[in-house]
Amino acid sequence: MADAAVRRWGEGLRCYGLIVGMWVRSTMAYRLSFLMMAAGNFAATALDFVAIAIMFSHVDVLGGFSLPEVAFLYGTTSTAFGIADLTLGNMDRLGRRVRDGTLDVLLTRPVPVLAQVAADRFALRRVGRLSQGVLLLAWSLTRLDVHWTPVTVALVPLMLVSGAVIFGAVFVAGAAFQFRADDASEIQNAFTYGGTTLLQYPPTVFATDLVRGVTFVVPLAFVNWLPALRVLGRDDPLRLPAWVDFASPLVALGCCAAAALAWRTGLRSYRSTGS
Amino acid sequence: MDAFIELDGVRKVFDVRRRTGLLRRERHQVRAVDGISFRVPRGEMVGYIGPNGAGKSTTIKMLTGILTPSGGRLRVAGVDPSRDRTGLARRIGVVFGQRTTLWWDLPLRDSYGLVRRMYRVPEDRYRANLERCVELLDLGRLLDVPVRQLSLGQRMRGDIAAALLHDPEVLYLDEPTIGLDVVSKTKVREFLREVNAERGMTVLLTTHDLTDIEQLCKRVMVIDHGRLVYDGALDGLHAVGESERTLVVDLEHEMPPITGVPGARTVKVEGTRQWLAFPATHSAAPVVAAVAGRYPLVDLSVREPDIEEVIARMYAERPTP
Ligand SMILES: Nc1ncnc2c1ncn2[C@@H]1O[C@H](COP(=O)(O)OP(=O)(O)OP(=O)(O)O)[C@@H](O)[C@H]1O
Ligand SMILES: [Mg+2]
Repeated sequence: MADAAVRRWGEGLRCYGLIVGMWVRSTMAYRLSFLMMAAGNFAATALDFVAIAIMFSHVDVLGGFSLPEVAFLYGTTSTAFGIADLTLGNMDRLGRRVRDGTLDVLLTRPVPVLAQVAADRFALRRVGRLSQGVLLLAWSLTRLDVHWTPVTVALVPLMLVSGAVIFGAVFVAGAAFQFRADDASEIQNAFTYGGTTLLQYPPTVFATDLVRGVTFVVPLAFVNWLPALRVLGRDDPLRLPAWVDFASPLVALGCCAAAALAWRTGLRSYRSTGS
Repeated sequence: MDAFIELDGVRKVFDVRRRTGLLRRERHQVRAVDGISFRVPRGEMVGYIGPNGAGKSTTIKMLTGILTPSGGRLRVAGVDPSRDRTGLARRIGVVFGQRTTLWWDLPLRDSYGLVRRMYRVPEDRYRANLERCVELLDLGRLLDVPVRQLSLGQRMRGDIAAALLHDPEVLYLDEPTIGLDVVSKTKVREFLREVNAERGMTVLLTTHDLTDIEQLCKRVMVIDHGRLVYDGALDGLHAVGESERTLVVDLEHEMPPITGVPGARTVKVEGTRQWLAFPATHSAAPVVAAVAGRYPLVDLSVREPDIEEVIARMYAERPTP
């Protein structure tokens, strides 16, 4: 049983890699346009941070956070989101495949549909957003004035991986809704693109109710806010117990389980309705 | 005879919601496949025909496991396709004439490489299969051309090859000759006949081109409104379809329409030439004798019924339930 699951995942990952390779080569058929898109992607996302930096030229602190601290929040969420966006960001094209019937072709192959949909139209240009996040994160790490301990050092990669998984789960769950021809991609975008924009700012600048919402309802606060505040040596505005700052991997697992359930339900409903 | 494909009372009902007003929605059910039973033994090539919306594609989707039947029992190679779709996928090949599985921006060869790795086709099998397809489908010069530069017929040939590289036991073709010119159609048909004979591959084929059926399938199934209305030899359709043969006579001079020939009626008069229709199940001899006995004949010929007309009449005779 567990053995079969491991083999299935292995097969899924292998095929994900194969299909991604095909898309990358397809992209390279139009090399120039790819380079321009990647640069555009980088620039468009970098503008976000420029806006924040300009803000800091007028004030020294934002919601009690210094520029390197905001850059740390920005860098962690952008990196986590960038990983999910690069690997799964094209899943919202599933709706189109459902509507034009090309999903049927994917269902005739001996490969998990999730892997095929995840790799569909893989867009390498999305490394633009990711690299921008990584650069900012690196810059903030050199400027941050915090006391590093082994625990806080370990928290950084842990939060990046958990954050990527949480965003990835949102992408999968959002795509799962598209099996029913209704287009739910706007709602999903609110959680993913909207979510990462939210998390770029310190939680202190938002109303407590909003912070509560993204902590308990959609657990986006676990992407970076809660663990990052621990790293920065600050208390969270909700005054949650300390262990919550380390709960991100658990939350990520929970999100995965929910996404997997949504995916299976969606796929099953497609196969019995045909659209 | 061991049945490779088995259907027993298979049904597929679609729930369709239609917007009738701003907020009002109307639900109704479409019975796309409404209790179909048939068996196809291993190695047979069967034609599956019917008018638009008859349920052909829906049947194929159930056979591949894309759709789960609403009722009835369905087995392919002893497997329930909707329960073990991925397992069965290795053993079947599918061509949807209306959509390609090839990679638009990459050379044809790359799409085949992906099939090889996705299906884990052993290197020697892959090479042999590709060679055979290239030869029979005339793909040699196309292998290094990006798919977007191929013509429709070339791409269809490429798609058919892609469906066969992993040695499937059964091949489903949904309108494989749609939009092809005569030359491409002939090539595709020759190829299908070849793989069916050579590898004993079971083939189920839907089409709107009856020449495909005439040239490829000994057995044909006709489906209409989700029900099987005919299953048997192509020739047998004439009896079922109440088709008619035509006696064409040339008279010495113009005359009023011929009358009084038992079992036949005059359907057309054009100058000295007249057309008489009589049931295909009848012998032509008594009709010819009756006409020759009473009319001054110059020449005559008997036209066999056109299979397309037969089927068109079959479709037309079945009113919407
Ligand atoms: N996903 C779906 N949802 C709702 N109704 C559907 C769906 N797919 C097919 N139908 C309906 O089921 C019926 C059978 O459709 P199907 O596609 O099987 O016909 P077909 O025999 O392949 O026709 P064609 O020759 O036009 O390809 C049609 O009335 C069609 O409108
Ligand atoms: Mg069809």
